[in-house]
Amino acid sequence: MKPPAFAYHRPATVPEALAVLADVGHDGKVLAGGQSLVPLLNMRLAAPAHLVDVNWLAELDEVAVDNRQVRVGAIARHARVEHDRAAAEAVPLLAQAIADIAHDTVRNRGTVVGSLVHADPAAELPAVLVLLEGTMEVASAGGGRRRVPAAEFFLGALESAVRPGELALAAEFPRPPANSGSAWVEVARRHGDYAVCGVGVLVQLDAALRVERARAACISVGPVPVTVELTDALAGRPHDAADWAAAGRLAAAAVDPEDDIHATAAYRRHLTGVLTARAASAAAAHAVSRREGAA
Amino acid sequence: MSEPLHETRLVVNGVPYTVRVPARRLLADCLRHDLGLTGTHVGCEHGVCGACTVLVDGRPMRSCLLFAVGVEGAELTTVEGCRAPGGGLGPVQQAFQDCHGLQCGFCTPGFVTTVTGWLREHPDPTEAEARRAIGGNLCRCTGYQNIVASVLRAAELIRQAEGAG
Repeated sequence: MKPPAFAYHRPATVPEALAVLADVGHDGKVLAGGQSLVPLLNMRLAAPAHLVDVNWLAELDEVAVDNRQVRVGAIARHARVEHDRAAAEAVPLLAQAIADIAHDTVRNRGTVVGSLVHADPAAELPAVLVLLEGTMEVASAGGGRRRVPAAEFFLGALESAVRPGELALAAEFPRPPANSGSAWVEVARRHGDYAVCGVGVLVQLDAALRVERARAACISVGPVPVTVELTDALAGRPHDAADWAAAGRLAAAAVDPEDDIHATAAYRRHLTGVLTARAASAAAAHAVSRREGAA
Repeated sequence: MSEPLHETRLVVNGVPYTVRVPARRLLADCLRHDLGLTGTHVGCEHGVCGACTVLVDGRPMRSCLLFAVGVEGAELTTVEGCRAPGGGLGPVQQAFQDCHGLQCGFCTPGFVTTVTGWLREHPDPTEAEARRAIGGNLCRCTGYQNIVASVLRAAELIRQAEGAG
């Protein structure tokens, strides 16, 4: 179908955008990449009276890598972050997970920050932000800027902490610790579809290449990403011979998925275990390869 | 109450146009209805099928998920712009004909634009890479085998043409 009518705003600066958003309040919606919003408009599942197009705010087209983090501005496209060598080197989980977001064609337009604010339960990037304990920077005309930790940003299915009148300016993904590795794995009905279940894992190794700490974040098994500490199952075990299945059992026990038309709750729980085991093993191997690359 | 119209400048296949459209006019509909460029096909209208794919500043995007007002000033390439510079079939179109890469043809414009953009950055793909590159385009006729062959053939034709040039 065709989208419903809306008033179109094209602010040229961030203060102008914030002024418009304050003015339109609950009736306004930010248009960034539009790869989730425009389908909702076309299917008439959303009908905001005002769209505020932030694609012209060049100052938000930013991928900044420093010794602490990768900072991604509000209109940096998935494809740009995916192919940014410095970002992939600093926070490998970003490119690992972005490769599973839809297809190249969608990643050419969709934005990292837009995916985070949209907060789809099947989306990859919310889990990445939570797993890395990142931060969102949000601004409003009256309230200045505020920083929201990942753990407080995802409130429910399709519900983030961004309030009407606010604009998410950037997402900050901290560099994972030294001696760490990461992996992203997911199962979808078809390549590029929404994940039936997806799991990201971050593993830290000690100097003897034994697992020191491990943590997973799982998607499509709850309204927001579910983080699971895997350290109890893996700590002290060799990087290539830990009990990955035990880590999987921890994750499967920690999630509370629901049935839907794509999969039963039991199958999603099963996938959580299998994918966590695979991702943990791959993350440990990745930690070793990063260490060898750095040496 | 009539909707306000936005005067919007677009460059499509190298030709500048100015259209007056409501803000909600999808780029796909603007191309077809306002500019008469009906090569771009509209299938699902929610970003799944890939039939409406066009190149925006050289990169494949879904024209059903873009507003015409939102791509003002961009260089757009539709399937009409994928022909050979002197007229006739362009290399990707020629490859689809050579390999029988289409049957009903409805999805083909989206494949041609997607593959045209992709081959610029992947001039010598493997079969697995070619298959992945068309993962976001649906075809209900062919079973994809001949489309994958077409992608590889197009790469070959482009390399030959560049070698000859």
